Amino acid sequence: MSGAAIALTGIFTIIAIGSFVGFFAGARYKMDLEQWTVGGRGFGLILVWLLMAGEIYTTFTFLGGSGWAYSKGAPVLYILAYQPLMYVIFFLYAPRLWELGNKHRMQTQPDFFRVRYGSKYLEAFVALAGVAFIIPYLQIQLTGLGIIVEVASYGAIGRVPAMLVSFTVVAAFVFTSGVRGVAWVSVIKDLLLLFTAVFIGFAIPHHYFGGIGKMLTALAQAKPQHMTMPGSTHDLGHSWFVTTVIMVACSFYMWPHYFCAAFTAKSGDVLRRNAVIMPLYSTTVPLMFFVGFTAVLVLPNLANENLSLLTLVRQTFPPWFLGIIGGAGALTAMVPAAIQVLTAAMLFIKNFCRPILAPSLSDHNVAKFAKITVLLLTGVTLYFAIYRPASLVSLLLIGYAGVSQFFPGVIFGLFSKRVNTAGVFVGLVAGVAIASALMLTNHDPYKGCNAGFLALCCNFAIVASTTLLRPATVSTASEALPESSPA
Amino acid sequence: LGSLTRRILDGNSTLQKPSLGALLFALIPFIAICFCVPLWDRIYPTVFGLPFNFFWLILWLFLTPLCMWGAYRVEASRAAPPHDAESGAK
Repeated sequence: MSGAAIALTGIFTIIAIGSFVGFFAGARYKMDLEQWTVGGRGFGLILVWLLMAGEIYTTFTFLGGSGWAYSKGAPVLYILAYQPLMYVIFFLYAPRLWELGNKHRMQTQPDFFRVRYGSKYLEAFVALAGVAFIIPYLQIQLTGLGIIVEVASYGAIGRVPAMLVSFTVVAAFVFTSGVRGVAWVSVIKDLLLLFTAVFIGFAIPHHYFGGIGKMLTALAQAKPQHMTMPGSTHDLGHSWFVTTVIMVACSFYMWPHYFCAAFTAKSGDVLRRNAVIMPLYSTTVPLMFFVGFTAVLVLPNLANENLSLLTLVRQTFPPWFLGIIGGAGALTAMVPAAIQVLTAAMLFIKNFCRPILAPSLSDHNVAKFAKITVLLLTGVTLYFAIYRPASLVSLLLIGYAGVSQFFPGVIFGLFSKRVNTAGVFVGLVAGVAIASALMLTNHDPYKGCNAGFLALCCNFAIVASTTLLRPATVSTASEALPESSPA
Repeated sequence: LGSLTRRILDGNSTLQKPSLGALLFALIPFIAICFCVPLWDRIYPTVFGLPFNFFWLILWLFLTPLCMWGAYRVEASRAAPPHDAESGAK
């Protein structure tokens, strides 16, 4: 067997094992809407931890993190900085969010806006924006899968056929698993990722330099500017770092699929205890950076930064090992992709189509149409991945800048009694508009600051000032406002 | 919206806003990681072979859970008495 055949066999064996586990874990439960989306709200500490970890460690950490360490250097540290901080923020508001979600049977993020602010137009806007910003994130996973198959086949399978394969794999995975199946596949994925990350993180620097410390010393002597901010860039300095870290730490749990993850827990306390221990899971992330740094010295002049980790692995280890790494990477793309597409489909049908277009849709039909939407969304993403390719990092930052705009509405909604619907709506629209305008005209970073952060500040200012100027009065409003009827 | 707000936010809530103690614990990692970047973004002194900026952020992956454990203790001790009173009332 050729190297490519061995590597590809390894990858597809791991994908097949993962899919079977997902299928059997999901098959034991009757799949109604509640079970399919929030796993029946019965997840304990371990399963929530696995689910959240499964969503955090995506292809971006695996390929994008090492890619940034390779091409940009020290600015990649922003990943190490925001990860602990996002759990700190989550710790502070998650129990209250869980409590409201449980009381009002919320399943999605727009559900929260609907219940809290009582506006179906706000609900629909949040749903549409959520879907729009999940698509670039989904595109990262599909592109990542494509890259893995392409490198593992030694270029024999091109990017486009590779992505077609990944499209099929992800869609099939979503249909058979549902959220509970996905949580258990994350067990396999986490074990594999842990093993491979620790192994290659230590082995690759050791192979070429005799250890991580020696590799870093060599790099610090060869390219000292690469090791402190702004690294090998001219505009990613300290102000960019601080604004990006704050923006991402706020927005991480604003991803619609994270909102769902919070609702899957058994209690608010489970979420809080999770937030305490989660930063420890990030300790494998710097190992990915070290692989990227080794590539700076061993493989300078790579055309595509995202290929640095896999190319180095291919050059260092036998093909069967490339197969294991590729398989771990493939599951790392599939699990988050499944959760993202599942969420986006729910948002589109339940929170956009139902309130605006078809109020009479039953829960059973929502679940059915959500499955069709899964195919539709994966197809749209595939189209973008093939015809509008972009770097993994720029895709991720677009998504973050967008979803961070939900943050003021959520925080004010949870903790302020005086916030008014119009202010939240205007702030959200303005934030999304500013972020999109700056991003699409290539003004990120803008004057040294993260564009999403600036948009978030404007959004916050609008919500806060309208809350102060036109506070919603607690006593005078009529009781006529419906809580759950589709009005 | 007023009645909606009252119904959603007030109705037998067992959880309040985060306490000052928990907020102070939460502030520590923010200061260490985010608000003193020029102090730690340097290569030397290296620690265990790691450039100082890498060492510092990896260190805080371990210290942040400690801070948040402190915040958790604060919240847990605060939540306990009202919970007892409520279960006693039932």
